[in-house]
Amino acid sequence: MLKKSLIAGLGLGIALATGAAYAADPLKIVYIGKNTGNPYFDSITGGFEDACKELGCEFEFVAPATAEATSQIPFIEAQIQRGVNVIAIAPNSPDAMNQVLDDARSKGILVLAVNGDLVGNEGHRDANILPVDFTKTGPNQVELMGSLIDYKGEIAILSATTEAPDQNTWIAAMKKTLEENPKYKDMKLVATVYGDDQPEKSTTEMEALLSNYPDLVGVIAPTTVGVAAAAQVVQQRGIADTVHVTGLGLPSEMRDFVKDGTVTAFQLWSPYNEGWLAAYFADGVIKGTIKNEVGGTFEVPNLGTITIGDKNVMNTQAELTTFDASNIDDFNF
Amino acid sequence: MTAADARSTPSTMRDAAPARPRWQVLLIRPETMTFILLVLGVIAGSLLSPFFLDIEYILSSFTLYAEFSIVALVLTMVIIAGEIDLSPAANMALSACVFAWLQQAGLPIPLAIVVGLCSGLLMGALNAYFVIGLQLPSIIVTIGTLTLYRGLAQVIAGDKSIRVPDWFIGIDKIMIAGIPLPVVIFAILAVILGLVLGGTIYGRQIYQIGTNEVAARHAGIRSARIKLSLFLLIGLVAAAAGIMTASRLGSVRYDLGLGGELQMVLMAMLGGTYIFGGRGTILGTFLAAWLLVIVSTGMIVANVLPATQLCVLGVLLIVSIIATNFIYSRTQR
Amino acid sequence: MSALGTLFRRREAGILVMIVLFCLFVGLQKPQFLTLNQLRIILLLTPLIMIGAMGQMMVLVARHVDLSIGSILGFSAMVSGMLYRFDETAFGFNVPWWTGIPLSVLVGAILGFANGMLVQLFRLPAIIVTLGTMSLYRGLTFIISDAKQIDRQWIPTEIKGLSSTSIFTVPKDFPIAGGFNIPWIVMIAFGVAILTHLFLAHTRIGRQIYAIGSNPVAAPLRGINVARVTVLVFTISGALSGLAGIMYASRWGFVNPSNTGFGFEFQVIAAVVIGGVSINGGVGTVLGTVLGVLLLGCVAAALPLLGIPGTSQAAIYGAVILVALLIDRTVRQQGIVGLKRVRA
Repeated sequence: MLKKSLIAGLGLGIALATGAAYAADPLKIVYIGKNTGNPYFDSITGGFEDACKELGCEFEFVAPATAEATSQIPFIEAQIQRGVNVIAIAPNSPDAMNQVLDDARSKGILVLAVNGDLVGNEGHRDANILPVDFTKTGPNQVELMGSLIDYKGEIAILSATTEAPDQNTWIAAMKKTLEENPKYKDMKLVATVYGDDQPEKSTTEMEALLSNYPDLVGVIAPTTVGVAAAAQVVQQRGIADTVHVTGLGLPSEMRDFVKDGTVTAFQLWSPYNEGWLAAYFADGVIKGTIKNEVGGTFEVPNLGTITIGDKNVMNTQAELTTFDASNIDDFNF
Repeated sequence: MTAADARSTPSTMRDAAPARPRWQVLLIRPETMTFILLVLGVIAGSLLSPFFLDIEYILSSFTLYAEFSIVALVLTMVIIAGEIDLSPAANMALSACVFAWLQQAGLPIPLAIVVGLCSGLLMGALNAYFVIGLQLPSIIVTIGTLTLYRGLAQVIAGDKSIRVPDWFIGIDKIMIAGIPLPVVIFAILAVILGLVLGGTIYGRQIYQIGTNEVAARHAGIRSARIKLSLFLLIGLVAAAAGIMTASRLGSVRYDLGLGGELQMVLMAMLGGTYIFGGRGTILGTFLAAWLLVIVSTGMIVANVLPATQLCVLGVLLIVSIIATNFIYSRTQR
Repeated sequence: MSALGTLFRRREAGILVMIVLFCLFVGLQKPQFLTLNQLRIILLLTPLIMIGAMGQMMVLVARHVDLSIGSILGFSAMVSGMLYRFDETAFGFNVPWWTGIPLSVLVGAILGFANGMLVQLFRLPAIIVTLGTMSLYRGLTFIISDAKQIDRQWIPTEIKGLSSTSIFTVPKDFPIAGGFNIPWIVMIAFGVAILTHLFLAHTRIGRQIYAIGSNPVAAPLRGINVARVTVLVFTISGALSGLAGIMYASRWGFVNPSNTGFGFEFQVIAAVVIGGVSINGGVGTVLGTVLGVLLLGCVAAALPLLGIPGTSQAAIYGAVILVALLIDRTVRQQGIVGLKRVRA
């Protein structure tokens, strides 16, 4: 029986003829999202699709069912096998994919991190496309919070996971801004809690904040799940006039809270433009019209001149967009 | 016993039903079912995508599932003995975290590996204490320990990922006769465990315990001792698999192998192991592991939606269990 | 043994002791834990799990298990969410807000019925069937929704209101407990629990579920239609998961194809087992299950209040389950007195 199992294994090997690698003419771009069913990526994908129509590339979006650190690896391997030219990825882990991304690059595939970076492992991707200059996010959010609470009172932060690299960069910048800028001297950050980007956990953390700090006047949640959960707690308790919630949110998820007055204003950027820029950049680099080197510039329709920054990072916009009752209906993502 | 024997010595058969022809005995087995599905999977995969039928690609894809497959072999024995262990994936994560944390703290790698393996043994022992010592149902105990082990991994590693040294990375890149090392380990372990289970007294006793534990005990089989050995073995093997995963990924996070318990159970079930014990073979699980890899990579490389993949896996499981049940009811009355 | 002794030897006593000790322990460090407001927070954490636990309890008592409830929850919530999202495009008018409730229950019942038929017709182990349908139903949820989330704006205000409004709210300026209420979904959950108790304890079919679980071989000899009862149990479990699905839409205000109901089965099974339902069938009470759900709710609410980092919470849950198993075993063997010996 054991012999049989081995023979079966070998027989299988022999049965499989080696497939030839295909090389097709139009540029093939694939975007690997964090997970399926994540509304945020619909918008990025839209940008990719529209740009690829203009450019005549083939585009496909794939994503694993769950967003754990290793779930994207089989997808990257499959795309290498399919012989795509460009792999754009929203990485679920800053380092678990180093090896497989190196494999891809050694086969001549352009690897772009889009909407998130391999922090600390930038050498394993060719370039990175971020929506805004992330050093602006913290100060922008603090200013928005300050304007809502007259620049005084106790505030707290409800973040994603404790090690979420983007959120931690922003939180550090928020703390620095609060300390150094005299404009914010009457605002006191009393706590930073983590809702792990789960609605349930974010809600219990928000409830605990309100119980532990009865004098709280504001909560900044720089994550789409957290800001919606925080807003919902405030809405259900009917305390929108004493506790102000703001943060980074999706207009589609926050529209109701803005309309009923629970949330006055929140911020984000245009995910659509990330896909748009990534497709133009990839097309240009492969065709040789864009040089992927720090300090280089190129033109992208609708976005103007883009500069390739330090560590090959590009941004689609300079500052965050603020959404409030006056403009929320103009956005459909 | 063969058909020829049965016919030549009818008196010893005491008017039993005529024995089945040998081809039936060989063919009507759950493993045959798995093998047919495997062949169908290969055919379907090559029809779905021209990039699929590439032995190198399939072998390298197998390395992504090799760790789970290795543990699934031992899990098969645990299930045959009438117990179940849902904690090995969490065990993999905790052992890997212990190992990675220690080597980061400066412990030499070989020592860190030994401690990691010991922690796996310890986890197996804890499961055994609850299941054998306290006579609690293993499915509930291991649901509890699965949460506990992964929780402890999160306590040790936080949400950070811990890097391992560069020279330790890449077990899946080591080739032996063109076959990646994890696949070789899987095949060798399958042979050894197959011999143990099919050809030793210990193996026969495992079947007897799973068929009827009380009867087995009356027959003088030390069921507690045998079950303890199985829980320790699966703990140890899970720890080894966790450390292998660390080498493949180059970094360790608490969510390593998340959801792997379902994959492992799926492999055992697809291979025809009976969930309530007493029946099953290592060959079945060996084939089922290949089946799972073929089906998953076939669909991923064809860019089939993950949703469809979930449906196919679900249907596959139900179909194979119906077939297995049908076969057992026909052949083993 | 005296009546009191019997009472204390019951499973529910052990878990009640755990709840009280835990609340006192947390309350000593954080007095705000022992307030009405906190009670409301705890109660709001429990309704989905409680509704799911009632169905799962019946399935376990009948000596089966249902792992697909999380996917049923997700699928039925998605069907209702899509009705709310596309009713105008499809039918040209908005359906009444309550349509999602019967629809979700119906969809859940159908999926549960399918589970029951597979188990019964092919004589398959429920754990494998529902492991398969868990995957299948989740995949179908993605397919029908085209992997798109249903956002807040599409869920009717009245549905969302079930999680915040109540039949009676203490006026805001009332000196004691101003603004306190017990939201509808909590009351619905307790309503389901009471109905389950009445069904199990006071109907013939309810008793038959216990009979099947205690001795599946003897049950048909006693004239019990095992097939019918088995299918019924799975159908009820599915229907209740469907109800939990629309409650999810109410509680969280959105339906997501991948998150909604994910991991629900583990939470529910943990609660049911902590509540003393035996995995070997035939044993389990509604009261015990309700207490099990409440204990998990207390733990979930207390951890962030104590400032315990999220990274430790999973380990603590795991430990709670194991401790509950230990206490359960001790109480069953030696009564509540036996606990002293364990502590010593």
